[in-house]
Amino acid sequence: MAIQPTHSSRRILLPVKQWFILFSLAAAFFLDLIPLGHAVGVPDWVALVLAFWSVREPQRVGMGTAFVAGLLMDVASGSVMGQHPLAYLLLAYAGGGLSRRILWFPLAQQALHVLPMLLATQLVMVVTRMAGGADFPGWGFFLGSFSGALLWFPLTFVLLLPQYQPVERDENRPI
Amino acid sequence: MSVVGHPPPPFFKRGPAPLARLAFFVILSLALLVFDLKYRTLEWVRQGVAVALYPLQRAAYTPVDLYEQVGAYFSRLGAVQQENAELKRKELESANWLLRQQHLELENQRLRELLDMRARQPVSGTLAEILYTARDPFSRRVIVDKGSQHGIAGGQAVVDESGVLGQVTRVFPLQSEVTLVTDKNQAVPVKILRSGLRTVLFGASGGQLELRFLAANADVQPGDLLVTSGLDGVYQPGLPVARVARVDRDAAYSFARILCEPVAGVEKHGQVLILGAREPLPPQVEETEARDKPLKGRRARKKE
Repeated sequence: MAIQPTHSSRRILLPVKQWFILFSLAAAFFLDLIPLGHAVGVPDWVALVLAFWSVREPQRVGMGTAFVAGLLMDVASGSVMGQHPLAYLLLAYAGGGLSRRILWFPLAQQALHVLPMLLATQLVMVVTRMAGGADFPGWGFFLGSFSGALLWFPLTFVLLLPQYQPVERDENRPI
Repeated sequence: MSVVGHPPPPFFKRGPAPLARLAFFVILSLALLVFDLKYRTLEWVRQGVAVALYPLQRAAYTPVDLYEQVGAYFSRLGAVQQENAELKRKELESANWLLRQQHLELENQRLRELLDMRARQPVSGTLAEILYTARDPFSRRVIVDKGSQHGIAGGQAVVDESGVLGQVTRVFPLQSEVTLVTDKNQAVPVKILRSGLRTVLFGASGGQLELRFLAANADVQPGDLLVTSGLDGVYQPGLPVARVARVDRDAAYSFARILCEPVAGVEKHGQVLILGAREPLPPQVEETEARDKPLKGRRARKKE
């Protein structure tokens, strides 16, 4: 018991529902569809939710989901086919691989782990597009990752909401 | 950890190794990239998915639309009145030109008939509205609300009230994608109105345009107006595109660095005109007769 991390926020969660994962991804996709032009600092919602689920539930959300979500994003944003799948794949791979490590940490340090993952996702997109002869979008493009990492706190709360169960205290039960 | 009623997590059945799965999907997406960038063979996939996504996209546009409408509602009456006065003044100013243009066009037609020249092509247009800027930050494209259902085809030129805006590059059933002239991969054949020098205008970063490969001593001055030369068979000749903003003649390079500002409101949203497709330039003189008949038929069908 002594080596177990004892964060106050760690509660015993209900198992996740498959439909909620799909619903959250669809909601993120809808948020990404809202045309804000080239507004700086808007996070890539699909990438963020994908990172969350690939860290939380690597058995359910993996590279297949990332690939399909990436293809839909390609069509919706009018970019080159294959740009988003490639970037999201690496994100899902990193999320799944680092899942056990990341979940060990409290939320602030989880966000610090997610930030380089999101940045690498954007870097992959920039490299693929610039190799295809596109223009550099400017450094403001990368601000989206920072705002995404900041959103890790509210995102964790919202996406885990259906899994929380009421806290019932019992004198005779250890946990 | 396990809750009663749920099966224990599958420890042993996990499918292929993550690295193998990653390699498979990476190869798949690299293949997609190559096919889309090099061969452009994936347009049918894009069309299919885009049609399925259209209602969702329109729904996502609603909050922005609502915001714009609320903003317009609360815009002051004074601003509207001022704009109205400005528009009236502009209309009067252009009336002078327009009234004479009708006369000039008739005269031009008569003279051309006298000289037995090929008549200039009639220009038709479809009015469209820019809905939003495409999300892709690597290119400069906008989405307009007319598509193949309204008779739009790829390659048509798009203009606004002051000049060339871009070209239709992708057509969906109910909307189409216009690549702006400031996109890096967009080139417009132009000529300099003052000197008649023909060249090609490319998009440059930062919403500007660039004249490449012009000799360091080329006859270009800041303030020169660039109009389409019409040599490409896409743009009608004589449409204003850009104005030369800066000319750097550095002796170290063999070419001058010439930056231009677009004339059209490239970054603004509003009404645009999608010009009808130009008839292809006649490749040979003998073919002109045979070519005219099916074209007339097509035009007649459009009118119905």
